[in-house]
Amino acid sequence: MIVAEQKPLDEISRMIASYERVLILGCGTCMTVCDAGGEREVSFLHNALRVAQSKIGNGIHIFWEYTLKRQCDPEFLELIVERVAEVDAVLSLGCGIGVQAVAERFPELPSLPGVNTSFMGMTRETGVWDERCAACGDCRLEDTAGICPITRCIKGILNGPCAGTKNGKCEANKDMDCAWLLVYERLEKLAQLERMRRYYPPRNFRTIPRPRRIISKTSVDPGEEYG
Amino acid sequence: MANSLFEEKLYSNEFLVTTEIGPPKGADISEMVHHIDLLKDKVDAINITDHQSSVMRFPSLGGCLLVKEHGGEPILQMTCRDRNRLALQADLLLAYSRGIVNVLCLTGDSVDAGDHDEAKPVFDLDSVQLLKMIRIMESGTDIAGKELKGAPNFCTGASVHPEADFIEPQLIKFEKKVSAGAQFFQTQGIFDLGSLRRFMQYASQFNVKILAGIIVLASARMARYMNDNVPGIIVAQAIIDELASAGKGKGLQKGIEVAARLIRTIKEENLCHGVHVMAVGNEGIVPDILEAAELVGVPS
Repeated sequence: MIVAEQKPLDEISRMIASYERVLILGCGTCMTVCDAGGEREVSFLHNALRVAQSKIGNGIHIFWEYTLKRQCDPEFLELIVERVAEVDAVLSLGCGIGVQAVAERFPELPSLPGVNTSFMGMTRETGVWDERCAACGDCRLEDTAGICPITRCIKGILNGPCAGTKNGKCEANKDMDCAWLLVYERLEKLAQLERMRRYYPPRNFRTIPRPRRIISKTSVDPGEEYG
Repeated sequence: MANSLFEEKLYSNEFLVTTEIGPPKGADISEMVHHIDLLKDKVDAINITDHQSSVMRFPSLGGCLLVKEHGGEPILQMTCRDRNRLALQADLLLAYSRGIVNVLCLTGDSVDAGDHDEAKPVFDLDSVQLLKMIRIMESGTDIAGKELKGAPNFCTGASVHPEADFIEPQLIKFEKKVSAGAQFFQTQGIFDLGSLRRFMQYASQFNVKILAGIIVLASARMARYMNDNVPGIIVAQAIIDELASAGKGKGLQKGIEVAARLIRTIKEENLCHGVHVMAVGNEGIVPDILEAAELVGVPS
């Protein structure tokens, strides 16, 4: 899933300062799971913004709150067409994709980001998420025992550990495991160390010309022209 | 035919001595030039570091040009941290065109370690891929397969860490560097000759030259600091204790003694093919170390 953190309240307050009527729009998928912008966070933020504006008096806002099942899906955005017609801005607590989906669907309206979208990851324990995928477009996890060095090695290198590792940790962060030592240990357990002995050539960054698009092979209508 | 004086010596069975100079942070090169003049006739080659520890400095290539101008033998340290494959190839062409042919291929420290920790880390290539890229360029094309008008020819080195606390993956990487074309290795700091002996038992099966890295420590405090903060470095407790035993103000003298003793033992016991002395900011004392190690006047 996509993991994000809600922006600090004062940054959000500054962002909405010039808009009177603001829709705080939550997202029911990833942002709900990572506690950054689901229904609960929308409600907390709504209250916090009201308290903040009564304290510092930076304009009088009127807030609405709503949480869509997914902001990144056009069909769900249709559900807020009427509400959006009555506001001056949408404060999206969706990830960066949600903010942009709102902007594309409602071109006449400012779409403001309420969270900092951070990474694709998984839940480690309650309230802790770890990055696991860099969406590099060229997955080699079969060669690295299911551990991604592009994401989990700070240098994203392909041919084994650098010499900066100490006590099994990364040179850049003493709390972070060296990805390549994890890869080594797991390949050894799987009796696949020969995969680490192979030479891996430089990555093909053409697999990630931005922005990317994927067209389903079963799709009938590939949609609008790219760009 | 050898590409450089250093490459010639590499295959001469002489005991090799290299050292390194960290370029200045700024445009005043007077101290670096002073160190080049001081060291160029006392060692077989001088490495110029490439933004060591990810601290922005005068470039390695510029330092190597100065070594060359002053009649010394430079080793260009080249990391993959700051340049993509276009920039690395371009710098290699420039180096070769100006007679700089010894290249130490490194992945490079993480950007987080240095003084520009908000910079974009590049790492388009890693050290193994950089070595391989040089061999491809020597064959007459760039790594996109396009023909070069004039192919370069280098003497390539790499680093290895015999004292890594998790040695097996490091040895796998070492073998990949050998296969990718590394001719010589300058090791990370050696503080325990036992680990060097064990490493050489393994490494001697490969046709490459190993220069043991000798870091000159100025105090027990510096040793502890390095253990806590410098990537990969593990100073043995025995050496920390020895440095701590030195009287006030005599730490550096003790550090020189320790370094000289390590070098002497390596040479007497023929443990490897030479040493690479890293004085980390104290380049001026390298002649004292070589004298104490009875290595003065090595170059022929």
